[in-house]
Amino acid sequence: MSSLIKSSIARKLVMALSGLFLVLFLALHVTINLTSVISPDTFNQWSHFMGYNGLVQYIMQPVLIIGVIVHFVMGIVLEFQNMQARSIKYTKFKGAANAPWVSRNMIITGLVVLAFLGLHFYDFWIHEMTYKYIEANPEDPTRYYTETVEKFAPMWRTLLYVVSFGLLSLHLWHGFASSFQSMGLNNKYTPSIKSFTKIYAVVIPLVFVFIAIYHHLNPITH
Amino acid sequence: MKIYLKIWRQKDASSKGKIVDYTMNGIEGDMSFLEMLDILNEDLISKGEVPIEFDHDCREGICGSCSLQINGRPHGPDRLITVCQLHMRSFKDGDTIVIEPFRANAFPVIKDLIVDRNAFERIQQAGGFISVNTSGRTVDANSIPIRKENADKAFNAAACIGCGACVAACKNASAMLFTSAKVSQFALLPQGRIEAAERVQNMVRQMDLEGFGNCTNTGACEIECPKGISLENIARMNREYLGASIKG
Repeated sequence: MSSLIKSSIARKLVMALSGLFLVLFLALHVTINLTSVISPDTFNQWSHFMGYNGLVQYIMQPVLIIGVIVHFVMGIVLEFQNMQARSIKYTKFKGAANAPWVSRNMIITGLVVLAFLGLHFYDFWIHEMTYKYIEANPEDPTRYYTETVEKFAPMWRTLLYVVSFGLLSLHLWHGFASSFQSMGLNNKYTPSIKSFTKIYAVVIPLVFVFIAIYHHLNPITH
Repeated sequence: MKIYLKIWRQKDASSKGKIVDYTMNGIEGDMSFLEMLDILNEDLISKGEVPIEFDHDCREGICGSCSLQINGRPHGPDRLITVCQLHMRSFKDGDTIVIEPFRANAFPVIKDLIVDRNAFERIQQAGGFISVNTSGRTVDANSIPIRKENADKAFNAAACIGCGACVAACKNASAMLFTSAKVSQFALLPQGRIEAAERVQNMVRQMDLEGFGNCTNTGACEIECPKGISLENIARMNREYLGASIKG
């Protein structure tokens, strides 16, 4: 078991499992976000539930944060190890001849998503923690929709969302199916997994982008 | 054809190398790539210069000795062949060809285009064997029924010639395709199941010790492998390794 922890295959497994966990979380996140377009009341109810439910706050939220940290820290560790494996570079290297850009540049798309997460945490998580625990404001189940829509008022933030989710799409395009390979699954279901990955990698970020643009174009008028 | 060559020259393992330019005239399309280098070397020798060192042996795509990175790709632009099977007809008159050794810290350059691929040998030694009674009562392998699909997959994995193109092509210099082929060729057969758990653990441990990079599933190795070794083998190795490690 100790050799497993130190092995390259275990590092791949950690990336795969944490990545799949984040992929699943994205589906939940986009579903709740979509209610902000369909029904503001439902969005408020869900957001309030997520913000005050003990299981979500004290178990699921820490697990999610750990999942994000593990995925990014391991990704960066792997990148450094991989760079060290070839200290003298080729004069000419045709990487595009045998592997797509998205597969070769997961670190770039990953770092952009990480930077976006920084903004996202500042916008929503820090705001929420301040509201609840520092300012100790009372519970208000009706505030979430307004707060969210107002966030998308500035053009720069909406554009940043569009670009970031574009990069997330590329990250998912390789990462989702790749995680199954890392877990040792390459069989008759692999073509289906690859097809589903492509659909997921396009549809989920596209819905996030749609929500951001929708709220930007439909601001709350007081 | 007139061909412009840019070739990595390095006196020895401890010297710093550099790209040196050569111009070749009268190159025929039917010449093999190695014949072209032979002609260049004859020319260099006739001028009293040191010929270019490069690995080669069988010159029929079996031994895996020839290991050149040609225009940014291991074994050159054509698929499913080794350098010795590459012909000059794959290039055009006036082309510039960059020739470098396979690059990986686990494959240190010995001289010019020759790299030390003993890391692969050490991975093999760590587990690339099976228990067979050789005391005179050896059971004929053909007498053991083996599912056709497994026999085919084991044979395909065993087609790996250990040339190192997978490492050379991988952006991470990972040796997972090679190691997984060597694990798979035994793991799929009943004779190989006896030491299957120890084999995969020992070979992966040795692979990691050699300083190869981590696989990020880009698939470049599979594309550049002259023997078409499939990524399926890496998944099998991952399965075997995780299963063996969990069972202890």
